Amino acid sequence: MQHTTHTAPHETSHEHHHEDLGFWRTYVFSTDHKIIGIQYAVTSLAFLFFGFCLMLAMRWQIAYPGEPIPVVGKLLETILGETAKGGIMSPDLYNVFGAMHGTIMVFLAVVPLAFAGFGNYVVPLQIGAIDMTFPRINMASYWSFFIGCVVMFFSFFIPGGAAQGGWTSYSPLASTIPTDGQTYWLIGMVLLITSSLLGAVNFIATIIQLRAPGMTWMRLPFFVWAQFVTAFLLLLAFPPLEAAGIMQLMDKVFGTSFFLPTGLMVGGQVADISGGGSPLLWQHLFWFLAHPEVYVLILPAIGIVAEIIACNTRKTLWGYRSLVYSVLAIGFIAFIVWAHHMYLTGMGTKISAFFQTTTMIISIPSVIILTCLFITLWGGSIRFNTPMLFALAFLPMFGLGGLTGLPLGFSFADLHLHDTYYVIAHFHYIVAPGTIFALFAGVYYWYPKATGRKMNEFWGKVHFWVSFIAMNLIFQPMFAQGMAGMHRRMYDGGATYSGVLDPETGDVVGLEAFIINLNKGITHAAMLMAVAQLPFIINFFYSMFKGEKVDDNPWKATTLEWQTPTPPPHGNFTKEIIVYRGPYDYSLPGAKEDYTPQTEPNHK
Amino acid sequence: MDVPYTTKPRSDTGLYNAKLGIWLFLASEVMLFGALFSSYILLRVNALEGTWPHGLLNIPIGTFNTAVLISSSITVVMAWASLKLGKFNHFKIYQGLTILCALAFMVIKSVEYKDKFTHYEVWFNDHEKKSIRGHIEVPGEEGNPWFMTHKKLAERKIETIKIHPDPKVTVASGKEAHGGAEAHDGHGDHPPVQEIKVADIKRLSAFVPAHSTYFAIYFTLTALHALHVMGGALVMAYLWGPGSKMWKTDPERFTNRIEVSGLFWHFVDLVWIFLFPVLYLL
Ligand code: HEM
Ligand SMILES: [Cu+2]
Repeated sequence: MQHTTHTAPHETSHEHHHEDLGFWRTYVFSTDHKIIGIQYAVTSLAFLFFGFCLMLAMRWQIAYPGEPIPVVGKLLETILGETAKGGIMSPDLYNVFGAMHGTIMVFLAVVPLAFAGFGNYVVPLQIGAIDMTFPRINMASYWSFFIGCVVMFFSFFIPGGAAQGGWTSYSPLASTIPTDGQTYWLIGMVLLITSSLLGAVNFIATIIQLRAPGMTWMRLPFFVWAQFVTAFLLLLAFPPLEAAGIMQLMDKVFGTSFFLPTGLMVGGQVADISGGGSPLLWQHLFWFLAHPEVYVLILPAIGIVAEIIACNTRKTLWGYRSLVYSVLAIGFIAFIVWAHHMYLTGMGTKISAFFQTTTMIISIPSVIILTCLFITLWGGSIRFNTPMLFALAFLPMFGLGGLTGLPLGFSFADLHLHDTYYVIAHFHYIVAPGTIFALFAGVYYWYPKATGRKMNEFWGKVHFWVSFIAMNLIFQPMFAQGMAGMHRRMYDGGATYSGVLDPETGDVVGLEAFIINLNKGITHAAMLMAVAQLPFIINFFYSMFKGEKVDDNPWKATTLEWQTPTPPPHGNFTKEIIVYRGPYDYSLPGAKEDYTPQTEPNHK
Repeated sequence: MDVPYTTKPRSDTGLYNAKLGIWLFLASEVMLFGALFSSYILLRVNALEGTWPHGLLNIPIGTFNTAVLISSSITVVMAWASLKLGKFNHFKIYQGLTILCALAFMVIKSVEYKDKFTHYEVWFNDHEKKSIRGHIEVPGEEGNPWFMTHKKLAERKIETIKIHPDPKVTVASGKEAHGGAEAHDGHGDHPPVQEIKVADIKRLSAFVPAHSTYFAIYFTLTALHALHVMGGALVMAYLWGPGSKMWKTDPERFTNRIEVSGLFWHFVDLVWIFLFPVLYLL
């Protein structure tokens, strides 16, 4: 095979050599968890960027409604035709981009990166396993994901474009829009769900079965715990969405009425359907997945942050057990809070009271986790390297996201805030400056393990500081817009409602000009955010070849992934692994160095 | 280097990998079917008075099919037990019987499906008039047409069709509707054939998913179940045929495979045992 010569990035490999599988089976159809992890990571980073670009185009439209999109406007028109006529974003295109931004960010970028990417690469290493329990199923999981991505991506180019019903795909809207985008979305989702199901089974089985001798449950690195709970969430919460997806597909393709009520009007006419379905059914099934899904988005991130904080404060995590029990508690309670997304559907007060209560209860373990991480910082000799900066920024950002969620958990406050930019700001604080920062931290932190080289610190710090400022400039003003009543998913960023006068009193009842004008600042901040990613992208590729070479344990960390050659060979470990201690034995009194690896026997 | 515990159980968990894997997979399957069953309940509870059809499925056939599947549940255990006793020939027989049961189930199910696709209900523009169920004759179609709809009739500019109403049943509501399925057996007196003007028809639908939410959930559940039956049958056929070579090289691992596929099969049976009363009897 010609391509075998192009595998340079991984050539630093150590002594270990295996029967040669050739290029395709080593790097493409690989069953090695590390390669699969990297495949997931690279694919999802690409989609992260793509999802962000969709939003940039939308932000332009929000800030400057009806003006041609600079730079890419013409290109969009060439590719997409009518919907981007003259480089201007049409309402349909806005809906397409909005729905796909959400879908791509959640299902094609963050979850595959946080769970499948980092999880695949790191979990088997951290528990001292040679691979995942089911390597071939692992490969199937990636390829099912990949095909799902292709279907989603391809759907942009079909007549009418991709799905327009929002990432929530509420019926009847989603199933009555007369284009095929939603059908592709559903097929894509079924593939993605299959993939995450296979992944989840693999993770759980691996963590239960393949822990190295001595790796007891309470010696697991916290990251592994986080992934363990995440896997259970995926395993049990995704199937109901799959069921819902199948039913919506039936509605779309076979003309059933699962989610379409009797007497539904479409385009001014009574729809020609049997009726009898329930739109609320979709919402229940959707949120039954989608609330646990937000913990899928956040738990791996918390896991990454915990690893990095322990390593860079040179201290053991404060309250390891509390962290573990909290993450387990979250795992259980996550299944009984979903209807807090549905307060406005007219549910009874008793049911609403139940979901308000569970929602308040689930915030407790989240606060415990955050508190433990903060306290860990106390008295640490903190190393402010790039991964640590991102990890540190995660804490207040996640805190802000969490605290602003509390008003949304109460039905009376939610009546006002529901579906406004306040909600957008709230959950983006969790997923963007929260999870995304944790993911960046993870990339900087484990990059040396995967490549044998460090990413450049200076450009890493530039990346961090500019992103940090831009993120806050983007999302902070959205709280204000939301509280002023600016609705989300508005094609012109609320311009239609600006300065509307009350016909009787003559008072301004619409959005203040100030609120509308914030849109411009946000959009410029989003552009800054885009620019801030350039150092990262260049650094990421450049360092593969030219980065500073490092030894097997550059951060002087204790967990098992650093007890392997770099990059780890097929089979991971070159010596037999026996675990003697907990995961974060930093700065033990009397120890030779300020870290004691998990494989270090106790002093005799 | 191989992944450990592929055959021998790990001492502290007492499980070999595949067994844990299948249990986890089945947990997710429970959630999948659980969601569909919940949807069934919600749709049925929310249905307007009298719009939930009753008695449109053939109970004797359904009962027979249930018996077929339950028998396969027994043979699948016998197949595994035979291997445990080292009797490969017995295994071949029992595993073969299981696969035959699966095939029989699928054949019977497709006959049932076919009946539904050629059996119709007509609703009229005149709200006073009750809907009629039966078999239809459409000009230009031989015998029982499949998948006919009022839209197709309109497209083809057909003016009148004939309907052979089912015995007893002319109402779309309530318990009186029993007997829809028996209509096939030709019991009871057939009411006279009626001619219907297409212009009078509000909707015409075979008993396909689009007919009503009842058939929608019926077909979704049974088709998904049928996919599971087919998947299970394929795997078991592989293990019966080419896959059984492993018995010579690694009998313990092969026995494990039979156990794991058997667990899956039990689940498929179990789903049917819920499906049958819910869809046919209640
Ligand atoms: C800095 C990067 C990001 C920016 C500037 C951004 C901006 C936005 C904005 C302005 C909206 C509202 C659009 C509208 O209502 O019309 C939105 C929606 C959304 N975003 Fe982001 N976002 C970013 C990253 C992310 C990430 C990382 C995720 C997920 C993990 C995400 C998930 C979503 C979802 C689910 C929606 C809702 C889509 C819908 O309405 O159906 N976003 N984003
Ligand atoms: Cu929620």
